Amino acid sequence: MNPENYLVLAAILFAIGTVGFMVRRNALIAFMSVELMLNATNLALVTFSRINGNIDGQIASFFVMIVAAAEIVVGLAIIVSIFRTRRSASVDDANLLKF
Amino acid sequence: MIVPLVTGTAVAFWLLAPIIVLAAIGMVMARKPVHSALGLATVMVGLAVQYAAQQAPFLFAVQIIVYTGAALMLFLFVLMLVGVDSTDSLVETLRGQRLAAGLAAFGLGALLVGVMGNAIVEGQVVGYTPEVEGNNVQQIAYAVFGRWIFIFETTAALLITAALAAMVLAHRERIGGRLTQRRRALLRMRKYAEDGTHPGSGATPGVYARHNAVDTPALLPDGSAAESSVSTSLAARGDVVDAHRLAAATKWALDEIDGEEPVGDERQVLGTGPTARGEVDTAPRAEVGAGDERSEATAEEDAK
Repeated sequence: MNPENYLVLAAILFAIGTVGFMVRRNALIAFMSVELMLNATNLALVTFSRINGNIDGQIASFFVMIVAAAEIVVGLAIIVSIFRTRRSASVDDANLLKF
Repeated sequence: MIVPLVTGTAVAFWLLAPIIVLAAIGMVMARKPVHSALGLATVMVGLAVQYAAQQAPFLFAVQIIVYTGAALMLFLFVLMLVGVDSTDSLVETLRGQRLAAGLAAFGLGALLVGVMGNAIVEGQVVGYTPEVEGNNVQQIAYAVFGRWIFIFETTAALLITAALAAMVLAHRERIGGRLTQRRRALLRMRKYAEDGTHPGSGATPGVYARHNAVDTPALLPDGSAAESSVSTSLAARGDVVDAHRLAAATKWALDEIDGEEPVGDERQVLGTGPTARGEVDTAPRAEVGAGDERSEATAEEDAK
């Protein structure tokens, strides 16, 4: 099984996540797109680990998961607090820092 | 004998890769956030299988437990808090943003694929030669608690900071004091002093009336109906038995005691005679009858 396929899959998933983050205005879906990009990166890291015959790629993927967990906690707390004050989960409505 | 050319890894990849890509596209395109979360769950489980196929069983388990189990459930909880039906408006606020985003992402994907393809073609694939003896988990433990121990310990600070941040961000200051029992009592008495609202509990429906169903308002001793004894939602639906009809019997009896000529026929007023079920007041009587049936039904249910 050619490991290149996994990398192509990871690149496709990363691109799809980018589209989601740029296009969607629901903060939660944009956040999910970030998760998708992180997952794609993890897949690439695991594949690199297998290609190079080195466990370090899997360690990096493990740390990415830890950071993603912390990021989800803080990000969702921010979304909830913004929703509480502005009654909206749309990223268009959080515009107080504009201009 | 034909040697099978397709390995389990290849099957897992070619079976799951289209599903993963489709679920990812669905995640981006879905209008409702819950559908997006479902798509993301599919992607994550599919990727977990890919990890398992790539000799990373530890990451397979962690992916399922941490991502699909914890992170996605957290997403769903927040979805419930923020409102499941908060659908995105699909109107473009910036003109041509979607096209530009699609083009940019396509370019990015092409670039990544090109770079990776180049790296793979140029470099050579090395077989997997573990540093230490043991299975995948033991090797990861050796690396995490050996070479990467400092980073691993730093993640503890990161996680604690994240937990504190979530607590601080989700914290809400209490604006007024706590509503204790004593305070409630004081408020009730103050209201009684100001506008005469009765501090005790209100009359229950059906008290002093002919039915004990919830749609029958209570009759006060003076013969008037207590409007507050019936649920306001029932009253809004129009399901309340007319209190004046029920009060009529009491009024009739009181009039008779006073020695005055009572208005109307006794049987008609009490709703027992044949005339009462006649043409005079068919509709209200039917309503009361419905109430009767309902109370009987509830009584039967209670008996059961």
